[in-house]
Amino acid sequence: MTAAAKRPQRDGPTLWLARADLQTLVDVLWQEGYRVIGPTVAQAAIVYDEIRSVDDLPRGWTDEQSGGSYRLKRRDDEAYFGYVVGPHSWKQYLFPPRATVAVADRRADGWHMSGVERDEPAFAFLGARACELAALAVQDRTFLGDDYVDPIYRARRERAFIVAVNCTQAASTCFCTSMDTGPRCTGGFDLAMTELPDGFTLEVGSERGARIAAQLPNTAAAKDTLARADSARQQAVEQISKHLDTTDIRDLLLNNLEHERWNEVATRCLSCTNCTMVCPTCFCNSVKDVADLQGDHVERVREWDTCFNWDFSYMNGAVVRDQIRSRYRQWLTHKLASWIDQFDVSGCVGCGRCITWCPVGIDLTEEVAAIRETAP
Amino acid sequence: MHKPRLAVFKFASCDGCQLSLLSLEDELVALAARVDIAFFLEASSRVEPGPYDVALVEGSITTPDDVQRIRQVRRDSKFLITIGACATAGGIQALRNWADSEEFMRAVYAEPSYIATLDRSTAIAEHVPVDFELRGCPINKEQLLEVLVAFLAGRRPRTPVHSVCLECKRRGTVCIAVAQGAACLGPVTQAGCGAICPSYDRACYGCYGPSHQPNVDSLAAQYEATGVPREALVAGLRGSFNGYAREFRQASDRLASGGGAEESSS
Repeated sequence: MTAAAKRPQRDGPTLWLARADLQTLVDVLWQEGYRVIGPTVAQAAIVYDEIRSVDDLPRGWTDEQSGGSYRLKRRDDEAYFGYVVGPHSWKQYLFPPRATVAVADRRADGWHMSGVERDEPAFAFLGARACELAALAVQDRTFLGDDYVDPIYRARRERAFIVAVNCTQAASTCFCTSMDTGPRCTGGFDLAMTELPDGFTLEVGSERGARIAAQLPNTAAAKDTLARADSARQQAVEQISKHLDTTDIRDLLLNNLEHERWNEVATRCLSCTNCTMVCPTCFCNSVKDVADLQGDHVERVREWDTCFNWDFSYMNGAVVRDQIRSRYRQWLTHKLASWIDQFDVSGCVGCGRCITWCPVGIDLTEEVAAIRETAP
Repeated sequence: MHKPRLAVFKFASCDGCQLSLLSLEDELVALAARVDIAFFLEASSRVEPGPYDVALVEGSITTPDDVQRIRQVRRDSKFLITIGACATAGGIQALRNWADSEEFMRAVYAEPSYIATLDRSTAIAEHVPVDFELRGCPINKEQLLEVLVAFLAGRRPRTPVHSVCLECKRRGTVCIAVAQGAACLGPVTQAGCGAICPSYDRACYGCYGPSHQPNVDSLAAQYEATGVPREALVAGLRGSFNGYAREFRQASDRLASGGGAEESSS
């Protein structure tokens, strides 16, 4: 089954939201108590931040991406969602970069340790792409999937309302079709929209989504509207040029741990951590205890960390992965191979962020292809 | 209980790093309760002789007298911690290391014969064993506090050796190298500042020196390929306040000598 042929899991009529009524959707979400987060232009990019008005959206802007390069460009139309994915992902909202997870105080009778009372926000994510929905599902397995549930992630994830937007274009770095994660949003959303010049088709993906849709001025989408939405989405499929051959990829990588290519990529890799930070599924973190000067109050802080940090593999007095070569190999083989052993799914959703945001433009699809070509 | 005796020494420097200690306004009283500040000329004219439990040393070694004085400081101090780019890498004054210091003296001083100077500005660790180096130009006061807290607790300070990039990402700053084509040194520079410059659309210029195992050659090759002149890369590395730090020095020397960054990286 090709990605384009997939259909939403939930049945029900596709609705039509006129362009002028997009603000109503934003207003309704805020009224329902959600903090609406969506795309906006800042720092020479389309980033995710608070959205109060449709004027905050990147109307008329798009992004041009390639390995190590991202440029904001003007579109020749007024599309609100006419871009691909940017440097941010929803990860930063569900898995905050820094969080105090416990505190300890020394009193006369000894140490007292306690958790931190947290009132987690309810976010509405406006503009989640298919690859990003897939990334949420991957992170769900990490943070919710077994006995060790992350309470911050769980609270935020359960409350989050997701308005997905189907891609109608692709960047040169996109390869969701290889990872079977897009570009069509097929589930994992409350509402899913496809943007057309005069408005949006609206699919309902959950009861919560239906409750919000009921508060919007909408009609059933006409047949020709559905056809127009289909061809808009098809455009994205046709624009995807990057491909990752995933055939037996787990064994390919794990059977080639001493391949010469790891040495070669290590001459280019900066081990700067950018790829892991922009990756919507990378979840590594470290926990440290921060004491005050008196040594009487300690805060246990969790921060984003990454396998590219030299001392991330420090244990028993030594660093295990003491070369860039071993760190790059660790990342790629975990992402594409041992992740499958660990979580029954690839850690890669094909969003291409690690390619765009690598300062030297290392492309994991090329690395895998090089290993595949010359594997013994 | 014996209060550890703290001393602060200055060599060739601007005093900005010592000032970070005084900038710990909210913690100073608590700090004074934990340590006896025995020698800190910027703060007090009360001077007590050594030995000291911990010495914070600012500045680089630039004169024959410095060479003798740092040895005495080392003899007087149980723990010697260097603070700032001058003390850990030679500082901006290490630009002289690529030039003729005699010529500088003739140009600046009417009577150069009165000046006793070394022809190179070097880090403290090139002269005496150093127990811990705290990077930065200037150092970050939270990191300084961490160093002091760690010293008091008898543990090693926890200061990151990774790149500035991680700090940009944690604070949500978009990469200015990728999105704006800026020749940012962040990917090869050690974190600690909180990634201030990129958050103001300014390329990192390396105040905290090389990160651990920095791949400077690869980054330089990338910037050169995207149109940054080689001279600008050399000047950027050398003018980083940490230009004489080993990895920045070697990379800028390779670039300046005409060796392709690509070749030398393999």
